[in-house]
Amino acid sequence: MISDSTITAETRRTADKKTYKKSAIRNPQSAITVALAGNPNAGKTTLFNALTGMRQKVANYPGVTVERKEGFWRFSGNQNAARIIDLPGLYSLDATSLDEQIARDVLTGRLKNVPQPDAIIAVVDATNLERNLYLVTQLLEYKIPVVIALTMIDVAEKQNLLIDTKKLSELLQIPVVEVKATQKKGIDELAEKVLQAARNKTPKQNGWLSADDSAEVLNESFIHLSLQDNAEINKKIFARYNFISDVYQESVKPKQTYETSLSEKIDRVLTHKFFGLVILIAILLLVFQTIFSWANLPMDLLEQGFGALGDFVRTSMPEGILTDLLVDGVIAGVGGVLVFLPQILLLFFFLSILEDTGYMSRAAFLLDRLMRGVGLHGKAFLPLLSSFACAIPGIMATRTIESPKDRIATIMIAPFMSCSARLPVYTLMIATFFAGQTIFGFVSLGAVLILAMYALGIFVAVVVGWILKRTLLKAPPPPFVMELPPYRMPNFKAVFLNVFQRAGMFVKRAGTVILAISIILWALMYFPRNAEVSSLKSQASSENQFLENRGDETAIENSNSENLESEDLGVEIKKESEQLKNSYAGKLGHFIEPVIQPLGFDWKIGVALIASFAAREVLVSTLSIIYNVGKDENEESETLMQAVRDAKKDDGTRAWTPLTALTLMVFFVLAIQCMSTVAVVRRETNSWT
Amino acid sequence: MKKTTLTNLTVGEKATVVSVNGKNAITKRLMEMGVVPGVSVRVIKSAPFGDPLEIRVRGYHLAMRKSEADAIVVQSSKFKVQSSESEAKS
Repeated sequence: MISDSTITAETRRTADKKTYKKSAIRNPQSAITVALAGNPNAGKTTLFNALTGMRQKVANYPGVTVERKEGFWRFSGNQNAARIIDLPGLYSLDATSLDEQIARDVLTGRLKNVPQPDAIIAVVDATNLERNLYLVTQLLEYKIPVVIALTMIDVAEKQNLLIDTKKLSELLQIPVVEVKATQKKGIDELAEKVLQAARNKTPKQNGWLSADDSAEVLNESFIHLSLQDNAEINKKIFARYNFISDVYQESVKPKQTYETSLSEKIDRVLTHKFFGLVILIAILLLVFQTIFSWANLPMDLLEQGFGALGDFVRTSMPEGILTDLLVDGVIAGVGGVLVFLPQILLLFFFLSILEDTGYMSRAAFLLDRLMRGVGLHGKAFLPLLSSFACAIPGIMATRTIESPKDRIATIMIAPFMSCSARLPVYTLMIATFFAGQTIFGFVSLGAVLILAMYALGIFVAVVVGWILKRTLLKAPPPPFVMELPPYRMPNFKAVFLNVFQRAGMFVKRAGTVILAISIILWALMYFPRNAEVSSLKSQASSENQFLENRGDETAIENSNSENLESEDLGVEIKKESEQLKNSYAGKLGHFIEPVIQPLGFDWKIGVALIASFAAREVLVSTLSIIYNVGKDENEESETLMQAVRDAKKDDGTRAWTPLTALTLMVFFVLAIQCMSTVAVVRRETNSWT
Repeated sequence: MKKTTLTNLTVGEKATVVSVNGKNAITKRLMEMGVVPGVSVRVIKSAPFGDPLEIRVRGYHLAMRKSEADAIVVQSSKFKVQSSESEAKS
């Protein structure tokens, strides 16, 4: 692989520059490949954005959830291009975490479709030189040319840390370039050095490898060394830091006295034993409030918009299966996907800001003791809280949890948090069977029941989490060795880029699955068609149309048409109900009846349960259809409640009792019967298990 | 020459790391983060429920649980006599 890219580099130099430029952009293989590596919070993302602009794409590495970010960097007046692979933020390359494993695979060229890098840009934070250089010593062991991009130089100077860049470069025997990515300073020099390094591919000595005689030998085996050989590994880590200490002492004039930084002053309040918690709760409430209620406005608008679009298509296209598919299958399905976007955008906006400012690690610091009781990481708190609004953004937010096992445990328990879509179901059940009842004469039973449902979800989540952490996801207690980075102003351009990349990933990856299942569910309820029903229906609806068009010309006509309309609607509702009962979904309802009978559910409830797989609140409208009250009734409709109370099973007994209602509510707490959640869990864990 | 673990230091106290015990991934991660024998550390604070701890090492801030801090043997700077590097290397 190395020799291949060397040849390309050779040919490229002699080739006509114009053709090369085009081919480099069309064919990524002919450009040089550069890996971007660095500690978290070192300014790697800012540099990546500055180098690639909007020419970047985000995906996952095959089979794992590690994010794969790539972009094109065009430099020296667009004459050269490099394919930049943005490695995950790393402290080390010893493959304890999945991120480190992937990074190693990229550097050794072991990953499919990712050529071994011709050069590495190591992003090094000048304010945190020693620990950042640790990763650099490891990178040097891979014998791929390394160029250091030194960031935060201005911040270091403010802290009285004077770094002799030239000396640093001499000691490490690799180029060191000072960059200020937001102002594009140092980018040209970086380009020049990277190109030089990539072309000069001969395995070069560097400061670290020649400093340690045994490094050469150790290196080969060390890259493949497993965790077993602790003594060797620890010796190696110690040797690297010894080398770094020497380099540091020679190239940096450290500040004389220890001063409290601004960050530490902020931390005195934000991680204060009392005020820290108060502020944290306030921030969490703000985030929750935003996604729980403020996101409703754009969500309602989206729903109405798609409803209007559906109506428009229905009126402007001929009646038939195609129109029904388009309106009830495709448009409703796409709407069902996009309706999540406001919540996802808002939550990720907050998450990005909390991460970028450095507050997220403080939140984890404050909450770790609490979350550990449940066996989870402090960072699991926000995703779980978000899941009370909707599990979709919540599950997506678990990406901030590094340990894969912790992350999966969090994903598995997130759906137990009672999401907002379950509320209409609770409301209908409570209003129908428990309205007006009180405990001790003044506490509303309904309120107690809703609270109980939320509590039950949390309780089950804790139990499931506890069991998972001791069985399937058994692992030593997740290490909580976490950097508390200095507070920084968020870069809003990066925040927005991040938010839209997430949204795009959701639409592309989970959205397609959700859309497909919507269409399948639609078909289940739509087929087989009863010819008579369908012709009657079209007749009825055209009559309605006709009446509607005449509108409210005169009062007499109006009252007439109202009568007619309601009669017709009655017929139509009945037909709708018949259609659903005879559909495949209806048959499925019969089919699953033996399974759900012990719960006290008849096949009609079974049909509603199947339909609610599209979205939990769909249970309400499906019950309305099946009980002949029309799909437009909502959970507060008295007609629907009466219909539910009066509903009879096939054998004539009552279909619903207060117990059935309670069972249904509990079922909704426990069952992960929401296709969007399933789709996202599948996408985020890359497996069904 | 008083040796103790990081957990026993009071807030604001400075110390030098003597050794990092244990044979698990946490020990390795601690060392990778720069907590190696010979380095000086300072306890900044503990979280609301007394755990985790925040320390300052090599010019940055690091949070860790008490169980992890327990593996770090330190020599309080008040009693420090000599650099413990030779001791650590063995």
